[in-house]
Amino acid sequence: MNSREVVLKVDALSKRYRIGVRDSRAETPVEVLKEIITRPYKRFKDLRDLSNFTDNEDESVIWALRDVSFEVYEGEVLGIMGANGAGKSTLLKILSRIVAPTSGEFWHKGSLASLLEVGTGFNGELTGRENIYLNGAILGMRKSQIDKVLDEIIEFSGVERFIDTPVKRYSSGMTVRLAFSVAAHLDPDILVLDEVLSVGDAQFSQRSMRKMENVAQDGRTVIFVSHSTTAVSRLCHRALFLSNGEITAEGPVERITGLYLGDTEHTKMAMVWDESVAPRAEGLVKLLSVRMIDENGEGIERVDIRQKIGLEISFEVLREGKIVLAEFQVVNEQSQTIFTSIERHPEWSNKNRDKGLYCVSGWIPGNYLSEGRFSISIAFSSTSPRDTYLREDEVLWFQVVDPMDGESVRYDYGAPVPGFVRPRLEWK
Amino acid sequence: MRKNKTIVRAPTGRFPGFNLGEIWDYREMLMLMVWRDVKVRYVQSSLGIGWAIFPAVSQMIIYTLVFGKLVRIDSDGAPYSLFAFCGIIPWIYFSQSFNAVASSVYGAGGFLQKIYFPRLLLPLTALLEKGFDFCVAMLVLFIVLLLFGGKPNWNIVFLPLLILILMVTSLGYGMLAAAIMVHFRDLLHLMGYVTIVLMYASPVVYPVSLVPEEYKIYYALNPMVGVIEGYRSMLLSTRPMPWDLIGIGSVVSFIGLLVGSLYFRWTEPKFADVA
Repeated sequence: MNSREVVLKVDALSKRYRIGVRDSRAETPVEVLKEIITRPYKRFKDLRDLSNFTDNEDESVIWALRDVSFEVYEGEVLGIMGANGAGKSTLLKILSRIVAPTSGEFWHKGSLASLLEVGTGFNGELTGRENIYLNGAILGMRKSQIDKVLDEIIEFSGVERFIDTPVKRYSSGMTVRLAFSVAAHLDPDILVLDEVLSVGDAQFSQRSMRKMENVAQDGRTVIFVSHSTTAVSRLCHRALFLSNGEITAEGPVERITGLYLGDTEHTKMAMVWDESVAPRAEGLVKLLSVRMIDENGEGIERVDIRQKIGLEISFEVLREGKIVLAEFQVVNEQSQTIFTSIERHPEWSNKNRDKGLYCVSGWIPGNYLSEGRFSISIAFSSTSPRDTYLREDEVLWFQVVDPMDGESVRYDYGAPVPGFVRPRLEWK
Repeated sequence: MRKNKTIVRAPTGRFPGFNLGEIWDYREMLMLMVWRDVKVRYVQSSLGIGWAIFPAVSQMIIYTLVFGKLVRIDSDGAPYSLFAFCGIIPWIYFSQSFNAVASSVYGAGGFLQKIYFPRLLLPLTALLEKGFDFCVAMLVLFIVLLLFGGKPNWNIVFLPLLILILMVTSLGYGMLAAAIMVHFRDLLHLMGYVTIVLMYASPVVYPVSLVPEEYKIYYALNPMVGVIEGYRSMLLSTRPMPWDLIGIGSVVSFIGLLVGSLYFRWTEPKFADVA
């Protein structure tokens, strides 16, 4: 990779912002009077200081970016990941020259266009066609360039019939589609993208994802910021991980998405309760711990889509005389239950369970769940009579990741593969 | 393909230069923005372009009634309505463009934070967009003068010079106001009053001859004094061309352009942070 030419180099970029800090309040009448008089001057000073910084910093200054340096090679698709507030957007804004850095510099070779939000500069009073030209110009295209791809843009957007209607009469979906089409036909040497892929309905968002992939495969240099690990691992070769305004990791995309998933509250692969807070059904059953394990019984950090995973539930039956069976549900991010599984036990399935400690595990086969983030709900119930004693939602959160090496069900097909489950079927 | 290397550095506090070449690169965007603003203003209104001339005509009628008929202000021998019209047309362009330029950056808000373009495009768009109305109004002014006995003379060749002074004034001081307004909204509230004060400090409803001779030099510091008086001189032949007024005014005007554009460029990097 180092043999290729560096087309963008960022050198020690930093950005400071001033945030609001609550004023001290006047309490006595004299102070109030004093404040009324001095207020305009103080406000004047505050406004002036919004963008003035001195060396002695106080609590009102935050560093959105601190000493960020990296290089991007020609034809590379670089992903930038990080939790909310890590400085991703600030970095993009600086690269797009929308805001100036507080210190540091960067250079790039060739043209650079950025797409931080779809539809910037769209005007409702103008027709679709007029907006294509306006938006194209705003994004840095020449009229001659737009003329060349005009038909393509209109066709891609799927709003041919309304192209000479003012955009204010469009549905919001149509507007977004048209805006994305213009953006997708931009042709800069370096393209900076913020999460703009999730626009429009499912069908269009697949189409736009595919378009983005084409852009990436065209040998264009792309810098791409997203929360979506799926999108990043699909599009990018290399990624940066930003945390609190600093680059904390840089490397192959698999490693960085792994970090991202391990970061903060994205996943929770094990849960152990303290005695005092353990969920319990009064006097009958008490949940002790839940964790996800691999076939060796070891706790796991991430879930490969092809991997068989076990859910291990430890609980205590406090009283005899009832059928007590463990049960779990896998729920996707849209709160749709993918499936429910009730414990099958040779001994206790139809018999009142003895008092004591139990540790059971249910196994989810590999190549079964689709990619995405899922939560686990745990319940304890009886099958006859049907009764639920205890139910605990969102006990665990885990992410199923496709490593994109061509071995999984999706092969190396890049676009989203729809469906709640993704079983590997036998084909003849 | 040869690829240019673009370097972006943190502002150092030194003057960054005007970068006029870049504005030239963005000329298509400028024209599209101007055209968008013009079109959006007149689309879906039945009077359409008629609105470009409406303020001038209605003000001319009001001033003629109040200052011409009631107060009987001297109009240097010309019919008061023509006299007033010649002052109102440039004045309206000045006041509209000055205000539009001044609020161009403040009004661009979200735009500023989403896309990069040379920020000087904003005041230029405002100036040119109001220029469209001015062109229409000028056309009407000529028609009115032809129909109702205006007396244009050969000095009319200097008309472009007067218009240039007008535009430079509103652009220069407008940019200064725009750059300050991004930081201090106070100016937004002040602009209306400033405009009214400026109007009475310009010979829109009265002739310069009413101003005492010893104050004329200060009076002429307002570039619009020379512009409006020049208009009357070349279109109504009331008085000789007031080159002294025009001279002083243009100096003030170009100082404004210098100060305004310098301050604008200097504070520009902070616009997106504070707008």
